Amino acid sequence: MTELATQATGLARPDQTRQHSPLYFAWRRFADNKAALGAGVVLVVLILMAIFAPLITGTGGNEQAFLTQSLAFPSGEHWFGVDDLGRDFFARIVYGARVSLGIGLSAALFSLVIGLPVGALAGYLGGRFDWVTMRVIELFSVVPPLLAALLLASVTRGGLWAIVLIAALFGWVNVCLLVRAQVKSFREKEFIMAAQALGASPWHVIWRHLIPNSVSPIIVGFVLAIPLAMMLEASLSFLGIGVQPPTPSWGQMINIGMNFIFFYWHMAVFPTLALALTILSASLLGDGLRDAFDPTLKGR
Amino acid sequence: MTAAALELRQVTKRFGDQAAVDRVDLVVPHNKVVALVGESGSGKTTTGLLALRLLAANGGQILLDGQDLTPLSQKALKPFRRQMQVVFQDSYASLDPMMTLGEIIAEPLGIHGLFTAAERRDQARRWLEKVGLDAGYATRYPHELSGGQRQRVAVARALILGPSVLVADEPTSALDVSVKAQIVNLLQDLQADMGLSILFISHDLSVVRSLADEVVVMLRGRVVERAPTDMIFAGARHPYTRALLDAVPVLDPKARRRRSFMSAEEISARTPRYRAAELETQPLVDTAEPQLVALAGSHFVEAIVTG
Repeated sequence: MTELATQATGLARPDQTRQHSPLYFAWRRFADNKAALGAGVVLVVLILMAIFAPLITGTGGNEQAFLTQSLAFPSGEHWFGVDDLGRDFFARIVYGARVSLGIGLSAALFSLVIGLPVGALAGYLGGRFDWVTMRVIELFSVVPPLLAALLLASVTRGGLWAIVLIAALFGWVNVCLLVRAQVKSFREKEFIMAAQALGASPWHVIWRHLIPNSVSPIIVGFVLAIPLAMMLEASLSFLGIGVQPPTPSWGQMINIGMNFIFFYWHMAVFPTLALALTILSASLLGDGLRDAFDPTLKGR
Repeated sequence: MTAAALELRQVTKRFGDQAAVDRVDLVVPHNKVVALVGESGSGKTTTGLLALRLLAANGGQILLDGQDLTPLSQKALKPFRRQMQVVFQDSYASLDPMMTLGEIIAEPLGIHGLFTAAERRDQARRWLEKVGLDAGYATRYPHELSGGQRQRVAVARALILGPSVLVADEPTSALDVSVKAQIVNLLQDLQADMGLSILFISHDLSVVRSLADEVVVMLRGRVVERAPTDMIFAGARHPYTRALLDAVPVLDPKARRRRSFMSAEEISARTPRYRAAELETQPLVDTAEPQLVALAGSHFVEAIVTG
């Protein structure tokens, strides 16, 4: 039989290095991913531009201040040219960012508001609630979002809030699935059992343990919901049932630009570029965050 | 006779139609350490979870200091949970990675609404020192600690409420030999200090020998032998217990030991047989099913009794 060592030990002391939370390590991994970091910077610049639009454009998005120069090509004075109704196109693109990003962010927020509690409860409770949730999610995944959104948008006659709610209606599914999977995998962990053995209520377990441990899927789900919502808004506006003129929206501007594309290319190219750049940045940022939070890298 | 700190009576748990725990009787007297040993899959961990009411039993009773916990709802159990705590095997999985050690240790006090937030922080720091860690660890995260240090934190969290019963589910089996000894010493010290009753679940017989007052051996969900620790090590009666003892690795390569690996058939073939007259109690006679019978000196073994 092995002898047990019995030397007494003094108090173990922490070493001098600063303590770091698991989130700090996720941030470090994220910062190493240059594409995601760049995308994040681009997105921040775009958001700042949208917020401070009046400071960086000479005219408002809807002012027909240059009627005599309608359809002028890009120049030093009008960076992106002038549109068919005599409006500075750069100003319209910048104000369009307000609509696009505003809808993207608020739809992502609503997705979170629905997806987080439903996902957490489905993952924790399991059983019948989980079954019903999964069937509802399957229902959403067999319906083509654009088709359903078209129907809903024509019923509600478009408008900003209608589009936000429609986008959230299809965006919560991803958030819900991400949170549910995380909660399900943590529910069986011993620290959850330890909390239950301490007499913690289900509410305490979900709020204090499961949701804080789901920050990564929550953030990833939120960020990835943004480009989805922006794409949906652009598609609906492109088809003419989204944001109505004169409010500038990139999708709607692409639609109008299509009519001029052989003669005045700037009318179609700039809103397309703006949309592509924004969606690419948001997607790259979301992917980068997902990689940074990848549980298989945890504890590194 | 006073009630035992923890008692299981005929507790059964089935997963599907397989009985993981089959009519188990178990008594942990006040201020004693009872070891529950057996190989993986013998149902010892399940028994621990059943005792803690983290799993619902299919039958039987669980008594904490004489109070039957079986009919109580999780809500009604809450005050009793202060009396009975747990330390798990995997110290990494048993600490919330997003919480600091101070928050983890103080959490039980918060759940039971004891003290103010500042007092809870104080208590947590005091307990860190009690389990041999500097109070400076209070702001650290679990991943910054070694396995042994994390297990100390788990012990502090379990004991901060001042429970009378501790279920320790293989608390040392994931640790190095030297660290293992430190955790065993810590548990021994705290057991003596606080008058704890411990249900120590383990397959490590060297640890069991140095810690336990009584040993309960489980095989496929059944208790097959139960006796004071000395008796188990000196005179085990059940073939499975002897096989377990033989399987303990020996450090000296020259000291050859008979290794016996036994199949279920071999074990049932070698089930001890007694005549009713040899026994302390009067059991059922001539049944084909083995039963737990009492020998001299509170030694119980599963055996077949003939008339």
